[in-house]
Amino acid sequence: MIASERKPLDEILGQLEGEANVFVVACDGCSAGCQVSDPDHTEQMVKELEEAGKTVTGVARVEMVCNSGLTALMLARHLSSVNQADGLLVMSCGVGVQSVAAAVEKPVHPATNSIHLGGFQGLWRSEARCAQCGDCLLDYTGGICPYTACSKGLTHGSCGGPMDGKCEVDPSIPCGWERIYQRLAALGKADRLQEMPLRLRDFRNMLPMKERRRTSLWALELFEEPEAAEEAG
Amino acid sequence: MTFKETLANQDWVVTCEVAPPKGVDMKHVLEEAELLRGKVAGINVTDLQAAAMRVSSLATCSLLKQKGLEPIMQMVCRDRNRLALQSELLSAYVLGIRNVLCLTGDHTTLGDHPDAKPVFDLDSVSLLRAGQGLIEGKDLAGNELESVPTDLFLGAIVTPCADPIEPQIYKLHQKIEAGAKFIQTQAVYDVGAFEQFMKRIPEVKTPILAGIVLLKSAGMARYMNANVAGVTVPDDLIKEMAEAGEKDKQAKAEGKKGGHKVNTSIEIAARLIRDLKPLCRGVHIMPLGWGHHVPAVLEAAGL
Repeated sequence: MIASERKPLDEILGQLEGEANVFVVACDGCSAGCQVSDPDHTEQMVKELEEAGKTVTGVARVEMVCNSGLTALMLARHLSSVNQADGLLVMSCGVGVQSVAAAVEKPVHPATNSIHLGGFQGLWRSEARCAQCGDCLLDYTGGICPYTACSKGLTHGSCGGPMDGKCEVDPSIPCGWERIYQRLAALGKADRLQEMPLRLRDFRNMLPMKERRRTSLWALELFEEPEAAEEAG
Repeated sequence: MTFKETLANQDWVVTCEVAPPKGVDMKHVLEEAELLRGKVAGINVTDLQAAAMRVSSLATCSLLKQKGLEPIMQMVCRDRNRLALQSELLSAYVLGIRNVLCLTGDHTTLGDHPDAKPVFDLDSVSLLRAGQGLIEGKDLAGNELESVPTDLFLGAIVTPCADPIEPQIYKLHQKIEAGAKFIQTQAVYDVGAFEQFMKRIPEVKTPILAGIVLLKSAGMARYMNANVAGVTVPDDLIKEMAEAGEKDKQAKAEGKKGGHKVNTSIEIAARLIRDLKPLCRGVHIMPLGWGHHVPAVLEAAGL
């Protein structure tokens, strides 16, 4: 299981700037178990978006968003409301966000930070990986994760190594940043590569923090009630 | 004169790189550097180039500095995390080194320790930002320095003949924004492509030195075309080198003196330098083992 927690509303609204119409994709797998994308919290998210002046064109619940075939199928059922949206907000782990990015030619935004692998994993899309960095930047990078798609995990664009769009480490792998560039160019957003904010990875986000140990998702792993964990902590 | 002063005072500058040895005998690298005395504005020292373990750029730059030469320390992000990188910037400064070229670095898997852990805690852009932060008196975590390396002079690289070129231009802007004050480029063989690149960035005022890699043979040119990102040697240059190679073979068979390949290589480099002169602020020569031919290149180029 991939444990995740919701990003703060301000960060989510920052990602959605200039996008009045939003379609929400919520996962019924791991992130629902973490009480991030379960029906109650999804409803809460929709409410917060609407209060912030957004129009939510629709909500799709998908059993496991990381299952790209299933996700594409579910999104197809909501085709018109997906088409009405300027972008999609994805409430799942980083793999799910990349799965949605691969299915639709629209900006996708992560509503969560993926923190760590719990007991078992959901399905991996073979070309999408989540490093559980705890600071999801898929919004900046067109729904393709540079930590895992780039052999060097670079955060400010390609190195000088790619040859004909292939990685210097293995010519059978496409350059992650070339994919990101192509994706952003297709969305008309390549300009943002020029003004990317400085991204320094905070490696503490990968550690289970004291505060997180007190949360329900951590307790879930320990098979304890949140209250019990708090008392013990 | 420091490299920074030379860039400020001269319209046209030349830099050249040397490579530290895999071992402890510094004689050869110091001799190569000595050949450049008075001829170049700065001497780049590569940092574990091609991800191969060897003497550090820091130690070599320090030796050059002691000899009164002007080193440009290259620094890659492959082998050190942000603590070690920042510490090395301070260490270089206390040893008198002022110029630092910040690069991401080749991946460990391409080098002679392919099993090593690649670090890449920072990348070229965030390393520049770290250096700029030190100049402004703070480390990356925002802690105040007790004393400040105010004269650190940071540079970056760009691949001007890459295809597509847009990502290179985006990243060049990020690097300049982060603190790069000079740019040295990947090898240029196609002056037309370089001119196109320069035309796309009229707003960039940071001095750009075009990269010159000495061609050693037609085989090397073909190898680079197949394996080096963003470098294309045009067919006519390959043909020139191939013909020179044939002449050398013939001379050897007849027991005569050769040297056609070397002369052609020098001629090509000198020609490129002359053609690039109206387009940018200087050239950065990467001789790749042919350091002893660099004075001849500079002479042939009329520098």
